[in-house]
Amino acid sequence: MYRYDEYDRTLVRERAAQLRGQIARRVSGELTEDEFKPLRLQNGLYLQLHAYMLRIAIPYGMLASTQLRKLAHIARTYDRGYGHFTTRQNIQFNWPELEDVPNILDELADVEMHAIQTSGNCIRNITTDHLAGVARDELEDPRPFCEITRQWSTFHPEFAFLPRKFKIAFTAGREVDRAAMLYHDIGVRIVENAAGERGFSIYAGGGMGRTPVIAKEIREFVPREHLLSYMEAILRVYNRLGRRDNIFKARIKILVNETGIERFREMVEAEWQETRESTLRLAEGEIQEMAKFFAPPSYESLSPSDALLAELRRSPNADFARWARNNVVLHKQPGYSVAMLSLKASDTPPGDLSDSQMDAVADLADRYSFGELRVTHTQNLVLADVKTTELEKLWHELRALDLATANVGRLTDQICCPGLDFCNLANARSIPIAEEIRHRFDDLDYLDDLGDVSLKISGCINACGHHHVGNIGILGIDKRGIEHYQLLVGGSSGYDASIGKILGHAFPREEIVGAVEKVLKLYVRLRESEDEPFLDTFRRVGEKPFRDTLYSNELYADHPQS
Amino acid sequence: MRIIRNRKIVEDGWIHVADDAEVPADGDVIVSWKRWRESREALLARSGSGSARLGVRLPNTLDPHEVQADLPHFALIAVEFPKYRDGRGLSIARMVRREGFRGELRAVGNVLRDQLFYMERCGFDAFEVDKSKSIENALEAFSELSVTYQDAIQPRSVPRQHRWRRS
Repeated sequence: MYRYDEYDRTLVRERAAQLRGQIARRVSGELTEDEFKPLRLQNGLYLQLHAYMLRIAIPYGMLASTQLRKLAHIARTYDRGYGHFTTRQNIQFNWPELEDVPNILDELADVEMHAIQTSGNCIRNITTDHLAGVARDELEDPRPFCEITRQWSTFHPEFAFLPRKFKIAFTAGREVDRAAMLYHDIGVRIVENAAGERGFSIYAGGGMGRTPVIAKEIREFVPREHLLSYMEAILRVYNRLGRRDNIFKARIKILVNETGIERFREMVEAEWQETRESTLRLAEGEIQEMAKFFAPPSYESLSPSDALLAELRRSPNADFARWARNNVVLHKQPGYSVAMLSLKASDTPPGDLSDSQMDAVADLADRYSFGELRVTHTQNLVLADVKTTELEKLWHELRALDLATANVGRLTDQICCPGLDFCNLANARSIPIAEEIRHRFDDLDYLDDLGDVSLKISGCINACGHHHVGNIGILGIDKRGIEHYQLLVGGSSGYDASIGKILGHAFPREEIVGAVEKVLKLYVRLRESEDEPFLDTFRRVGEKPFRDTLYSNELYADHPQS
Repeated sequence: MRIIRNRKIVEDGWIHVADDAEVPADGDVIVSWKRWRESREALLARSGSGSARLGVRLPNTLDPHEVQADLPHFALIAVEFPKYRDGRGLSIARMVRREGFRGELRAVGNVLRDQLFYMERCGFDAFEVDKSKSIENALEAFSELSVTYQDAIQPRSVPRQHRWRRS
């Protein structure tokens, strides 16, 4: 992974000192709260319901074991013994004291970490496929481009005060988009053109929030050397013309929609004529230099292990076999496998990890996976380079840590925002819903029978829990002062992106999980075979049967107003 | 009025002329973009003498391409920041510099210390710091970060090089 030198270290140290000064100026009154707010936000510091929340950047989800140990230390020393992994592959701490924050940043700087641009109206953490570099369907490792983009966007002087936040994701899977690329302000897909040259398809104007929009292709092929110049052209058009009169209409998706993609494209292309021959032009040598940081680890030369993995998946140890089926992914390097650690296990909120678990996972990363791990945008962890022969041993250790729940990709592998338990934007709680779902659907055989179904929960329309793109989505709303939940069906965050549909009125708290159950029962009844995934069935049969099952007569009788 | 110019606090000799005020015969003046559009010939005749330089104040909603042809007439361009957190002026500065403007580029309006670092890297070399703030303290903004990751317009003490372009 990328390693700092003295130059990078200077930057994060000076940034920590700068925020220390800004906090002091706020405390002395030199800065008003209004003036301080964007400064603290650009350093990931939010004011939540009960306390400050500090979000720490994990660039494109890559984490070294030493860094995870530092996060454990921070959780223990400055917080309440846990951290929460987010859908931008970052981690956040919910209970730091304001005066501790500069010290936390100093500690982070010691391990090449920071909180720069994890919030605020600027370019946020770059995200990518959690299987980057190891996926079999990958065209090229996107991480060198992610890091180049991270550096370009860090304290970019022109784009520090955009109309609104700005998110960029990279994907390189030939078949599967594992980064929800089409729901980003800019989505970049590594592609090969007809001449066999590598470049990027660039999409713009995607996003979730209260107005979910699938990004539109703005240019089918941008040559490699023009990645930054093209993105800079998009950002410049957006910075000048994006709406600033209404925070809810300020994302680039609104600009693209109001302008129209053709006109927007014209403006970007015109600006690109000015930027493309600038110093932003990437030399192939620069790309290759950066790629060295992401060179494969020193794999042992092993024989292929697909057959062995298939065997493990039929192991007489049924629990391990299930884990090997659900949580282990084929690796492109012979003899190695990718192990996913589900953070949707015990009775803790999705994405949470305790300090002692962090320490233990760091040790596992050292012993099994070259000292590195990844965070997924679905709030799980990945040990990407595990010898297939060591999977069972690893599984035993994970089980002792309550990190071997075999539910990756399954219904209970939920994305969930912090909701009203923590967040001052939320209308309803989301964590208790996730918990109830986990209890209601605790039969792993049933979950396996359902196959891959994504369930995503947000506690308000800002959609931090990605409810629009869940095969099943749940949205918390406030209906006359009482928590209610809308159910969405049919969303997808892949290359086949679709936005989930609301099929009827919202359900009260005590009925929402039952409604999910009805949808699942109907799916099992309607699917053509056990191999037809939920989303395919829904797309094939349409929404009517689902609406009928959810809002059958007795429900209408109960809710005559709806 | 004291302003920051080239990282130093200086007494400013330029006069901001309101749209409804008469343009003085002598002295360096800054007029609005609107006034420039309406009184172009008179303003050019005035500044033709050489002792009375002309500056123009651009609203941040202006398309910088509209200014391009007129750039040679201005010794100074002021860009308005109605709110410190409105970053449109940053793009205008970069585009004006890109078009080759070499005169003074001045940030005016709600100009605060914590934005100066970014503004300077976009091409501003003069700053009318908000009157409610200490201009002396604002000077510290330029030395807080000694390294940067991307090339920018304004030459600085740090190498003008992209971070990813290491030798």
